[in-house]
Amino acid sequence: MNEAVALKPAHAIAPIRTRLAVTVLGFGTLAVVTCLIAPLVGSTHISLARAFDRSIPFAENVDAQIFFVARLPRVLSGALVGAALAAAGVVFQALLRNPLATPFTLGVSAGASLGAMLVIIFGLTVSVGPFSAVPLASFAGAAVATAIVYWLATPYRKAMSTAVLLLAGVTLNSFFSALIMFVQYVADFAQAYRAARWLMGDLDVGTFQPIVAALPLVVIAFALFALLPSALNVLSLGPDAAATRGVDVVKAQRIAFFSASLATSAAVSLAGPIGFVGIVVPHLVRLMVGVDHRIVLPASALFGAAFLVACDLGARTVLAPVEIPVGVVTALIGGPFFLWLLVRRS
Amino acid sequence: MAAGSKKLIVALLLIVVCFGAAGGAQQRRIVSLVPALTEMLFAIGAGPQVVGVGSFDAFPPEVSKLPKVGALLDPDTERILSLRPTLVIIYGSQTSLQDQFARAGIGTYLYRHGGIATIFQTMRELGDTTGTRAQADRVVRDLESRLQAVRARVRDRPKPRVLLVIDRQPKTLRGIYASGGRGFLHEMLEIAGGRNVFADVDRESVQPSHETLIARAPEVIIELQAEGMIAPADAGGEKALWSTMSSLPAVRTGRVHVLTGQYLVVPGPRLAQAAETLARTLHAEAFR
Repeated sequence: MNEAVALKPAHAIAPIRTRLAVTVLGFGTLAVVTCLIAPLVGSTHISLARAFDRSIPFAENVDAQIFFVARLPRVLSGALVGAALAAAGVVFQALLRNPLATPFTLGVSAGASLGAMLVIIFGLTVSVGPFSAVPLASFAGAAVATAIVYWLATPYRKAMSTAVLLLAGVTLNSFFSALIMFVQYVADFAQAYRAARWLMGDLDVGTFQPIVAALPLVVIAFALFALLPSALNVLSLGPDAAATRGVDVVKAQRIAFFSASLATSAAVSLAGPIGFVGIVVPHLVRLMVGVDHRIVLPASALFGAAFLVACDLGARTVLAPVEIPVGVVTALIGGPFFLWLLVRRS
Repeated sequence: MAAGSKKLIVALLLIVVCFGAAGGAQQRRIVSLVPALTEMLFAIGAGPQVVGVGSFDAFPPEVSKLPKVGALLDPDTERILSLRPTLVIIYGSQTSLQDQFARAGIGTYLYRHGGIATIFQTMRELGDTTGTRAQADRVVRDLESRLQAVRARVRDRPKPRVLLVIDRQPKTLRGIYASGGRGFLHEMLEIAGGRNVFADVDRESVQPSHETLIARAPEVIIELQAEGMIAPADAGGEKALWSTMSSLPAVRTGRVHVLTGQYLVVPGPRLAQAAETLARTLHAEAFR
């Protein structure tokens, strides 16, 4: 495969702008189509004409309520969370130069989970603006975890050591997981069960409010992602190689670390730690479009959105009226699909 | 005189025989990890035999004086053994614990989760085990007649479609657990003159999405809260959360009820009281 590319004359490879345009158009269409189809399908049959009929009062219009209260917030949060986790996965994999890195590798999700557990189990009910207690606490937990890992892995004004970063993250993950287990253990049945359910991930938010709360954070993270792709291409070769190519390694690493942590925190605070999106989607996308981060990053965000919305569609329809936790579906679909692609390629 | 003393001797003998039977074969030292079964033991008169209870046991008040020995996830085997029990009541899934006690020569009674019939069956079995069968039968008959009375009260009333919420995250409508079409909560709801909107789901609990809730269109929503889950002051706010689904008939007619009390969710001898509360909530006019 690589030989074939190398043998081609240079002018045969389309310029990056064309490739980017084609990829974004392709994956963008997929994401948009998925997001348009998903709200039309569900465990109940609804009439679209009736759902959009303004002459029926909203309070009496069951079809409209299913569409606007149940399905639309769910699809939007799926798209937002899927895009954030997939893009964060790409950034973490490049930053840590490790194909097994996920948005949850550095303890961000464990911190978020611990925050959420504490609120669920001790029944705290603080809220700030559009954030209700559980998202707020999980975001705070993620921020604490991010700060600890950053503090541990960053010598003053020097490049982060990926090895230290990885070890600090993995250790923090185990430490927080132990605390989570402890908190669950001392909690009573109902609370422990509720907490366990939160850990499986859930996109059925029911209102737009939590989405509105998470959206600005994701937007900031994506604005920072936009600065990154070229730097990530070089960073994935290693900090020394990056420095020789004129990349400000310290700055690029920090932007990458904070933006990916921010995206992950926002996603987890909205929907709980939904696994597999952040590792499977980047790899699937790389298998389809190559390894250039200028293309992989936007493509992963779009494909991640489509992937999670589709998984959630499965979660809410396959066994209706009983639902499967969406995290179970992402792993069930993503795992075998990923293995199949892996085997086919090798 | 002779006849009188003969009678006295017979009576004394009878007393000795009775107490002998209770004290020797059936008087036990019981540790119960299961709150519902602890309640049953006290209800059928075997309370004095209980020497230890689970961490979550709170009823009857007598249990507060007894040693707490863990529960489903954290049974304190040492503590249990130190109480020298002859019978330990554990959850059906605690099989390794059962083996442990078997090796120690201690009998176990496994709790089975089920419907009202299972609850009554359990009470009778506990009666056999503890030598209190007669009182167990009386308690069961009493509960049956109370349930029958509830059923009769609401018989001619229209049966509303009810969503029975067992649990959810406070302050949001996420993570809702509702009663499915199996188990004692479902049966109590039907006795109390309601039709469960999830009667067709052959499971004890359902986690409905917003979509399913809107589609099932319950006419009444009853939330059961064990004590301490929601502060009474917050009950109004918790009810108001439902207004986001304004198409639900229950929301439009204001028939959303938050009921608080451990007795509502414990599958034990207070279930008739729970059924009465449900019936009063659903059919207030039938109790005037």
